[in-house]
Amino acid sequence: MLDTTVLHEFVEKLKTENSAWIGDTIEAHGEVTVIVPRESIVDVCWVLKTKHGFDMLADLNGADRGPEEDPRFEVVYHLFSTKHYNRLRLKVLLSEDDPRVSTVTTVWKTADWHERETFDMFGVIFDGHPDLRRILLPSDFDGHALRKDYPLRGYEPYSLT
Amino acid sequence: MGLENTLFESLPDVLTVKLDSVINWARKSSLWPATFGLACCAIEMMNTVSARNDLSRFGAETFRASPRQADVMIVSGRVSRKMAPVLRRIYDQMPEPKWVISMGACATSGGVFDNYAIVQGVDKIVPVDVYVPGCPPRPEMLIHAIMMLQEKVMNESVRDRRDTFEEESRRAIVPGTLPITMGTESETAAKTATTRPYTIASRHERRKSS
Repeated sequence: MLDTTVLHEFVEKLKTENSAWIGDTIEAHGEVTVIVPRESIVDVCWVLKTKHGFDMLADLNGADRGPEEDPRFEVVYHLFSTKHYNRLRLKVLLSEDDPRVSTVTTVWKTADWHERETFDMFGVIFDGHPDLRRILLPSDFDGHALRKDYPLRGYEPYSLT
Repeated sequence: MGLENTLFESLPDVLTVKLDSVINWARKSSLWPATFGLACCAIEMMNTVSARNDLSRFGAETFRASPRQADVMIVSGRVSRKMAPVLRRIYDQMPEPKWVISMGACATSGGVFDNYAIVQGVDKIVPVDVYVPGCPPRPEMLIHAIMMLQEKVMNESVRDRRDTFEEESRRAIVPGTLPITMGTESETAAKTATTRPYTIASRHERRKSS
């Protein structure tokens, strides 16, 4: 089993900074995932980047737990440090009625396209994003393709007109 | 070269041929495909033109990067919905006469990608002349498809591709000039007999029959 004490130290440091930032901590396969309330995700990312050396957003993606679940959507932030080579994962849980979360493009520029993809595939709205439009699917596409309730063949058969 | 030495000895100076057969012969002997690789079929298409299979033996090796200079569009691979308008635009930019080869299972029917992202057959977007099965088809199959297309080109008539319909153009003929001949009965019978059942009628053929 991989040693995760260093990662838990980062979580503890965050807790001492502001205890409201940390909702829950999950450890699995030598990786630590922190559930963050959506109001504080930008602050948490900013502190992790400036104070704790997580200078790289390795990935940002969405997940759909299924239409029967509440909260239904997850937005997952994979952080990496090029200084001490640790990885940390943050998660924001969103309900179906209000799938909104603040953008982290203010912290990492690379979040721009990642957030566009998450919006494209899951319909999660990123407040404050500079250019939130579809990135992979055609601009006239109906629906969000990676939602669990999206039919495999789409809503309508294809036609050019 | 031996041709120059023997040609004038064995043939008269002037030959009388059908205009259609001369034009079709020229067209089929210099088919210029548009470079339009979409997926893994494109690798086989590249192999078709490279040394081992050497498509230039059949006069179709000049792949053009511009649709303005191309005759044949080889749709090699799956067509995504996002690519579909692009493909249609490239087809529209190709000058007449033009033909389309649908290469592989994905271009023909969507293949294994029966989902929202892939167009289920490129014939929903452009008229297809020859379908090639396979996943991916071997270069030999693509060569065979091009040769089938050449056969089809030989059976076409220049009249099929005019912009006006036959009746309208007949009315437009000035009295005293040569009327358009429709060909004898035996000729049309021979034409239909050689038509391959597994190539569908292109836009021009359908226009002709209507």
